[in-house]
Amino acid sequence: MKLGFSPQDELFRQECADWLNGQMAGEFRDIKNVTKLTGNPERRKEWEQQLGAHRWSCIGWPTIWGGRDATLAQQVIFAEEYARAGVPGRVNHIGIELAGPTILTFGTEEQKQRFLPDIAAGKTIFCQGFSEPNAGSDLASVRTKARLDGGDWVVNGQKIWTSMAHIADWIFVITRTQEGSQGPKGLTFLMMPIDQPGIDIRGIRQINGDAEFNETFFTDARCPADSLIGAVGDGWRIAMGLLAFERGVSTLGQQMAFRNELDEIIATAKANGAANDPLIRQRLAKAEIGLRLMRYGALRMLSQTDHAKIDGAALTYKIQWASWRRSLGELAMDVLGQGGEISDHAEYEWDTLPNLFLFSRADTIYGGTNQIQRNLIAERGLGLPREPRGMS
Amino acid sequence: MEFAFTDEQQMIAETAQAFFAENATSDRTRKAMAGDGIDRALWQGFCQELALSGIGLPESSGGAGLGFVELAIIAESAGAQVAALPMLGSLVQAGQAIAAGGSDAQRGEWLPDLISGERIAGYFHDATLQASGDRLTGGSRFVTHGSSADLFVVTDMQQVWIVRADAPGVTVTAQTSMDQTRPFAHVALMDVPGERLSDPGAALVAAHQAAFIAVAAEALGGAQACLDRTVAYSKERVQFGRQIGSFQAYKHRLADMMIEIEQARSAVYWAACAVDEGSDEAAMAIHAAKSFAADAYFRCAGDMIQLHGGIGFTWEHDAHIFFKRARSLQAMLGSGNWHREKIATMILGEAA
Ligand SMILES: Cc1cc2nc3c(=O)[nH]c(=O)nc-3n(C[C@H](O)[C@H](O)[C@H](O)COP(=O)(O)OP(=O)(O)OC[C@H]3O[C@@H](n4cnc5c(N)ncnc54)[C@H](O)[C@@H]3O)c2cc1C
Repeated sequence: MKLGFSPQDELFRQECADWLNGQMAGEFRDIKNVTKLTGNPERRKEWEQQLGAHRWSCIGWPTIWGGRDATLAQQVIFAEEYARAGVPGRVNHIGIELAGPTILTFGTEEQKQRFLPDIAAGKTIFCQGFSEPNAGSDLASVRTKARLDGGDWVVNGQKIWTSMAHIADWIFVITRTQEGSQGPKGLTFLMMPIDQPGIDIRGIRQINGDAEFNETFFTDARCPADSLIGAVGDGWRIAMGLLAFERGVSTLGQQMAFRNELDEIIATAKANGAANDPLIRQRLAKAEIGLRLMRYGALRMLSQTDHAKIDGAALTYKIQWASWRRSLGELAMDVLGQGGEISDHAEYEWDTLPNLFLFSRADTIYGGTNQIQRNLIAERGLGLPREPRGMS
Repeated sequence: MEFAFTDEQQMIAETAQAFFAENATSDRTRKAMAGDGIDRALWQGFCQELALSGIGLPESSGGAGLGFVELAIIAESAGAQVAALPMLGSLVQAGQAIAAGGSDAQRGEWLPDLISGERIAGYFHDATLQASGDRLTGGSRFVTHGSSADLFVVTDMQQVWIVRADAPGVTVTAQTSMDQTRPFAHVALMDVPGERLSDPGAALVAAHQAAFIAVAAEALGGAQACLDRTVAYSKERVQFGRQIGSFQAYKHRLADMMIEIEQARSAVYWAACAVDEGSDEAAMAIHAAKSFAADAYFRCAGDMIQLHGGIGFTWEHDAHIFFKRARSLQAMLGSGNWHREKIATMILGEAA
């Protein structure tokens, strides 16, 4: 059992840091430390392309698809250095972390050819059309319909909470293709171009004033017959496979971003005297401990050689970080005091810490709510009876 | 990335788990609880047949070498059964102090007997200890397994001494202790000759690091056992025509236990590795591990009682054995708040 990385890996770390710091001091200095996912969308797309051009976009992918065949350790290191350098989050995170791996794992050669190089090059931005007004936690209740019409799939229905749909080029959707089917059966996973008359996107304003997610309406929207991943009726298996990618190597990069947030709170507490309050000191120490434990939990998860085994560290990771970050938001406000409730901007717009306070309320909802996580942990990790299901 | 057990570590873990599960049974532990809190046959098996007692102590003094990761593995397995052994005071605190801070002669004289289990040591800190030369006056009411000790390692945080239990001026009084698997004794020293360790600084660092890690690991093992036993019960017990483990309020509480325990596991092995590797993070990690794991254990043991209902409140059920050990681990060697304040000072500086 070891904590650190190998000397070669540390050399690789230096290479990553050098390149990223160079970019953030040079051509892309205007987007350094932008924390909002929606800030500066045009420049952020250019940044995706810059990453692609230098093969830093999807380093874990095979070289033929624009990656570097990087090891898991190298991917972790890149993710850490990425956040440490103050580089803003990836606007195409859904493409590189969800769509790409799904196509790599379940797609045909032709689909790999068509999508992977463009995702890696930052030319194709994806969004995720899973949730619907009546299918949230209970994702298998989706109703959006698709049927074959000549050479095309024709899609009708509505998705909701679709993050980044307003800047995306493609959307992947779970659709019901078998008339009268219920639950996980009869679903099909489709990829659709967004720029077409049948797709209508309307932003939804969030509690922080931002509009990162959307309603997505499908009215006779179309995509070619070969736009499905897997077989007709195979959608649930593909969707579950995709959700498993959600807890990959990006977790350590995400933690480095959390590190930056906690450091800002610590600096604020030292500057305004909150750091002398014994209760605030206890909470900051707890936050520090929680962050470190997240790191070592993630390293345990990634060091696990037998990935087939249900691993406790992996199963508990989502609720752990989500709950930690939500408390961090509360701690940030308690450190800021009442002044945290006043913005310097004329618009309803918030700087990092108040925005953290507001946005982190979503962390315990998306990607499976805390309650759903507890159900999963109890059922898969502890073998407890499944939740009873209603009739409809 | 190799933050997972090696094959050898996995083997040690399996051996230790099997040994404690088979031998540190509830019946045997309860017999020890009625006496001095030591299951002698278990102690002998542990020290001599399995030879696990030398783990983390140098081979030159009869130890098995290896490091704190392996020590944590042993403590975790012992904690899972709340084994009635004087391991903490004798091997972890006194043994580490002597190994790190003793002269060759001191190591040679004491360590082989501690490792073989033939002699038992107690360990205590007395902030107001009076030392006139090496003659000591003071004591402590919280010396674990002190009534069974042949010697004591005593410190005022400046110097460290070895004191023989049979030296004139030593009085040892057994205390009725809440955790009977690790009872306290009141040890009083009245002008007693002590034998100074040659490097007190090294002794104190080693004893603290080892004790924080061992206590944390024991807490981890105990917490996991509370969860496992409660999960098993939740599948047997039926109310309202359903297994109680099918009620969501119940399930979620078990899930919360698992979430805490997984973090405690990261904390314990982070700290053990950090110390073994001499990492900069070691100073923080040992405080994080002690405070986090002990708190997690207490929460899990409390939940174990609640989730068992009336039976969990009986003397006959083992829940109270875990609960009392958990409480004792939380309070000993600095409360959670004390450890977190250490970390707060690392990240914020001293409070003004
Ligand atoms: C910021 C943000 C971005 C998002 N981005 C996307 C996206 O890009 N694409 C996408 O498809 N979706 C996205 N989502 C949607 C997200 O996945 C859902 O909001 C989430 O799955 C919960 O579904 P719901 O909102 O319908 O709530 P519901 O499922 O209706 O839940 C309401 C409440 O009931 C509880 N509940 C539900 N079922 C149970 C149960 N069995 N046991 C106990 N409690 C239960 C929940 O925990 C919750 O507290 C996003 C959401 C947010 C907040």
